[in-house]
Amino acid sequence: MADPARRGGRTATHVTLLVGAAVMVGPFLWQFLTSLKTLTNATRVPPTFVPDWRWSNYADVFELLPFGHQILNTVLMTAARTAGQLLFCSMAAYAFARLRFPGRGLLFGIFLSVLMVPPPLFVIPQYEIMADLGWLNSLTALIVPGLFSAFGVFLLRQFFLGLPKELDEAARLDGAGPLRIYWSVMLPLAKPGLLALGILTVLWSWNDLFWPLIVNTDPEQMTLSAGLASLQGQFQTDYPVLMAGSLLASLPVIVLFTVMQRHFIQGIAFSGNKG
Amino acid sequence: MTATVTGAADDVRTAVPAPVPARRRRRWRHRGAEAAWGYLLIAPTGLGLAVFYLWPVLQTGYFSFTEWGPFGGHEWVGLDNYRTLAADDEVLTSLRNTVAYTLLGLLGIPLAVLFAALLNRPRLRGVSAYRALFFLPVVTMPVAVAMVWRWLYNGDYGLINYLLSLVGVEGPHWIADPATALYALVAVGIWTSLGYNIVIFLAGMQAIPREYYEAAAIDGAGALAQFRRITLPLLSPSLFFVSVLSVIGSLQLFDLVYVMGGSGQSARANPAFPRIQTVVHLFYDKAFYTNDRGYAAAIVMALLVLIVTLTAIQFRLQKRWVHYG
Repeated sequence: MADPARRGGRTATHVTLLVGAAVMVGPFLWQFLTSLKTLTNATRVPPTFVPDWRWSNYADVFELLPFGHQILNTVLMTAARTAGQLLFCSMAAYAFARLRFPGRGLLFGIFLSVLMVPPPLFVIPQYEIMADLGWLNSLTALIVPGLFSAFGVFLLRQFFLGLPKELDEAARLDGAGPLRIYWSVMLPLAKPGLLALGILTVLWSWNDLFWPLIVNTDPEQMTLSAGLASLQGQFQTDYPVLMAGSLLASLPVIVLFTVMQRHFIQGIAFSGNKG
Repeated sequence: MTATVTGAADDVRTAVPAPVPARRRRRWRHRGAEAAWGYLLIAPTGLGLAVFYLWPVLQTGYFSFTEWGPFGGHEWVGLDNYRTLAADDEVLTSLRNTVAYTLLGLLGIPLAVLFAALLNRPRLRGVSAYRALFFLPVVTMPVAVAMVWRWLYNGDYGLINYLLSLVGVEGPHWIADPATALYALVAVGIWTSLGYNIVIFLAGMQAIPREYYEAAAIDGAGALAQFRRITLPLLSPSLFFVSVLSVIGSLQLFDLVYVMGGSGQSARANPAFPRIQTVVHLFYDKAFYTNDRGYAAAIVMALLVLIVTLTAIQFRLQKRWVHYG
């Protein structure tokens, strides 16, 4: 194995990876540069690569859309769905993993069957329910169906199954009931699993478009995803402001990803590997 | 992740003083109490899934045999929707687009394998940095991604056409041009999922023992032969998994089409729209724009059949090429 050839191979590897990485990151850089240009400079041919540092584009987003409301809606929807799923899914997952009751296998099978159905099949009746309850154009509509997740139950059940049985048996001998064991023994041990489910729920809720788009049509009740998407039909498109808005909307999750990178990648890879 | 769990479990196991003898496992005094707790704990999710997911699926199936009046209410029309659907150009076109999108989207898999293989080279520096950069589009809001690409694809001021002009090529209007719109969308789809696929493949490759390669190298196998004889067969479960997910995901494509192609009036004004409309977008249009919910339900039932068929074919074919170690 000749050394220069090896080094050559290594350089080629890095060049290929760098080109790939540039294609991945380039669009975001261009988005950022455009977000700081005047409309005149953004639509110049050939394009300029030096921005005008026009930060007011970011303030303009709040005039184009009820952006403050939409941020709040997105935050509340994401927080409520995540908290709800962590609680409800872990309860069910613990029961399926550790408690014995008639029909357990059948019930778990029914839960799993929800996982196999493509989401568009739920949407018309879900919408009808929201309409019947008078929940359209409300935070409630954004939150409620997302509180329940067959996937979350499945993921956490796998986790609980991996914990040693001696633990809850010891706690049983000490006289602890199922609720105590769930809350004080199992949950603290399942932190990595809860973290994975939490990350995935935050990511999916924050980025969700289909459901928010359907139930909340009043701009003040929209989420960021739906609000931004509502701009797509407009004829006069102010691209710098659009780029600023889409950057602001996606930034929280990107920051979260940067901070918790390892957990993110593991969590998302896990979601697939076991699904 | 598994490592973390095992670690935590080990800590706890050593912390528990007296292990319970396996034979004398005690249950709660009342079996009935245990069962009651079981039902109680699964109740919230169970009821939620029943009301918002299971019952809706059945209802959608029922709706597909009904026609909805302009002022609400619906009546049974038997197979009418399915008959209309089978002869509806819009439905057939969207089905064709969706299948084309799905098949072309699979081209992202070899690309991801290539990058994963490069990242898997021994003693390569910066692996986690590369992985993070490739993963960025996976976590970015799809609406934002679609906005950015719409701007990049812009026929007059887009960066892509500017770069092409540097090498003397006059670029088309990409997503507004019927000849290129579908391919432009496929490219964004591949770009978005590449990082996810790389992570899965890289994990699969890292699980292959290095000794296999060392033994092959001693036998005189070159890098390419090693890749074909060792990496690909041992990676086949991951390849299968990613292709199943990719097909299921592509068949339900909506966000990109909605933001890049338009909806309602703006979609009808876009000359390239018939070339990119997907089944789920058509479903959305029928169910919530023209309020033709019975017909929309039939469309989405057709999609279900398509998804089940393609997934079943994949599972059937896997026996020929997937090796489970």
